[in-house]
Amino acid sequence: MSALEAVLLTVITASTPLLLAAIGELVTERSGVLNLGVEGMMVMGAVAGFAAAYTTGSAALGVVAAVGAGIAMSLLFAFLTQTLVTNQVATGLALTLFGLGLSGLIGEGFTGLPGVKLTPIHVPGLSDLPLLGPVLFGQDLLVYASLALTALVAWVLSRTRLGLVIRATGGNHHSAHALGYRVIAVRYGCIAFGGLCSGLAGGYLSLAYTPLWIENMSAGRGWIALALVVFSTWAPRRVAVGAYLFGTVWIMGLYVQGIGIGIPSQLLSSLPYLVTIAALVVISGNRLLTKVNTPACIGQTFVPDR
Amino acid sequence: MSETSTDPGYLLEAIGIVKRFGDFTANDEVSLSLRPGTIHALLGENGAGKSTLVKVIYGALQPSGGELRWRGRPVSVANPAAARRLGIGMVFQHFSLFDALTVAENIALALPGAFDREALAARIVEVSQEYGLPLAPDALVADLSVGERQRIEIVRCLLQEPRLLIMDEPTAVLTPQEADQLFVTLRRLAGEGCAVLYISHRLEEVKRLCHHATILRHGRVTANVDPTQETAASLARLMVGADVHEVRTEARESEDAVMLAVSDLTLPAEGPFGVRLHDISLEVRTGEVVAIAGVAGNGQTELFDALSGERLAPAEASVALAGMPCGGQGITARRRLGAAFVPEERLGHSALPSLELSDNVLLTRHASDAEMVHAGFVDRPRTREVSERVVRAFDVRTSHPNPQASALSGGNLQKFVLGRELDRSPRIVVINQPTWGVDAGAAALIRQALIDMARAGAAVLVISQDLDEIFEIADRIAVISRGELSGTHAANSIDREGIGLLMAGAHETGAASGERAP
Repeated sequence: MSALEAVLLTVITASTPLLLAAIGELVTERSGVLNLGVEGMMVMGAVAGFAAAYTTGSAALGVVAAVGAGIAMSLLFAFLTQTLVTNQVATGLALTLFGLGLSGLIGEGFTGLPGVKLTPIHVPGLSDLPLLGPVLFGQDLLVYASLALTALVAWVLSRTRLGLVIRATGGNHHSAHALGYRVIAVRYGCIAFGGLCSGLAGGYLSLAYTPLWIENMSAGRGWIALALVVFSTWAPRRVAVGAYLFGTVWIMGLYVQGIGIGIPSQLLSSLPYLVTIAALVVISGNRLLTKVNTPACIGQTFVPDR
Repeated sequence: MSETSTDPGYLLEAIGIVKRFGDFTANDEVSLSLRPGTIHALLGENGAGKSTLVKVIYGALQPSGGELRWRGRPVSVANPAAARRLGIGMVFQHFSLFDALTVAENIALALPGAFDREALAARIVEVSQEYGLPLAPDALVADLSVGERQRIEIVRCLLQEPRLLIMDEPTAVLTPQEADQLFVTLRRLAGEGCAVLYISHRLEEVKRLCHHATILRHGRVTANVDPTQETAASLARLMVGADVHEVRTEARESEDAVMLAVSDLTLPAEGPFGVRLHDISLEVRTGEVVAIAGVAGNGQTELFDALSGERLAPAEASVALAGMPCGGQGITARRRLGAAFVPEERLGHSALPSLELSDNVLLTRHASDAEMVHAGFVDRPRTREVSERVVRAFDVRTSHPNPQASALSGGNLQKFVLGRELDRSPRIVVINQPTWGVDAGAAALIRQALIDMARAGAAVLVISQDLDEIFEIADRIAVISRGELSGTHAANSIDREGIGLLMAGAHETGAASGERAP
């Protein structure tokens, strides 16, 4: 395994959970809902995925459990913010704290146990190519799923009626309601999709990235995903670019530390944040795109008049 | 109004509709019957319950009592989608466009079926040309003017091929020619068997267009009349319950000082759908009202922003207020020169919806009224006092002594934001679309206030799309078209047709006659 191949492989595994969580939150925010509970949904996905895979011995069941946990958490958020009309910011923060605490409790008995690793796919011939083989054709299914989901979200949002309704709901919920669209139902759906993606991201952490359970193993990735969505001006392709840029700089920092160049490690660890923010600020300098994509109703509660 | 016939000849019958919001009864036993192929006017002042009634018919609100019948059969219209399935289309006054979406996307949201961008764009262009309502399918709504937005609403409805078309003040933003074109369209639709429910404040228009009229006052039906047999004054009396004050203007002497001067102002377009201002020159003198007519989206917003200082001019001399060149100075500096500005959008631009009226007073007067702020602290008793004075002087009807701006109806808020400026006796008043969407009573009060202001010695510049209004108040008239301003014409030397030609851009080819401005 060449050094370049190793770097590329680690970049992909570092970027995938960010991309998964961010693409889900992007859809949620496009519908006009700000869910700050990404971190909590992610860590619940991680512990549920690990526990299910460890108990049953099946990584696939682990993925299913991770997704289920993410959706369950998001539906709790949806019920509170959409049905009971609570404040989205406070509810999202509470969801994160709740997820971190509950996952610690559930994961108590699983700490330090060997996990079940999601096996990478193997395409005869292609996967055995030098360099390109393992990088392009030797990943686990969740990596491909993250890219496919990004493409799917981009297509649905820009090209389909469903995407149009989601953008309309986020852009002006009064108009959407006046035209007869069910704002709350659309938002429930988009919040659940966000939960699904965050759960998947969490599952990726405990089933593929490092197949074991450690408390707080999401380690702030949910917050990075949230920032990526904003800085990418709610555009799916840019979320992918941002996630991979962040992953790349992060891994490069680790390698530079490993080589032993005399840069303070704190500076190196902060580099991914600085580079990602700088790059995305430059991208989002296009005011027209920002204006078009920013969901005008984000974070606002909506109560239909009857 | 307890007519309960089930005459199958009716397309829609609303029988004894009651709609309550808490203690407030917006519709009290309102009945209305529409036959296919007729144009039926719904008249009433703001707050009379017209919008509530049409929202009930369109399924956007559920009635507290009463019954709707569609072709003689009782129906319950659960939501607007159900209304559209029945064949009811509606052109809204508010709340139905999405700023961040394109024209085509906005229209697609109201149409059933798959979202095929190219095919829809082609249909939009076809229908909008057929009915004389030009629209670019890929333009972003955020970049369009109020008038252009209204066109989207109308085209959106026409694409649904409705059996009943509800129109909430559709002509408020059209040129006379465009309005005539719309009337041709509506008559054609009626000829094809479509019923039209037409809400308007313009009584002359109702007399020309409509076969029947139902008049609402305080949520009740006060009369069902044949508008062709009524006069505008008799209709107004039925609406208001009293005679409407007529705006009076007296002759004035000229030879006064130039208070507002624009010379060779050129500004590039802002954003891909903005309008470029080209070589604009204009003078407004003390004691006169100058009006700028034009169809929405021809540079009115840009011109207003350049006059108010929201956009700065490249040359200091392009804009002069009270003789002082101030092209490069912002809105506060211009206010200090004695100018007052009232923009087109009441909520969000003239006033902050969530702030109380007294705080909204402070927003435009913090710098020009020294006594409102002392050493950085707001003098609240003083702002309250000014706000109460404005409320009294301009007959602003409020449910509470100092409500939030968003609690006022459109007409009342417009009276307030205009009153807030006039209360400080400005020497120059610039106002954009002073009576858009405002009921007849409030509009008359606003127009009279502008004339009184000019007669008291201020220079008043009114940008308006409403030609009736312009002829009522203006001494001189100019027309803006594609970012260029025509010369000014004395109001008595030009007629509606002449202005219509200028609106269509005829001054560029020299087809319109009229003397050049002094």
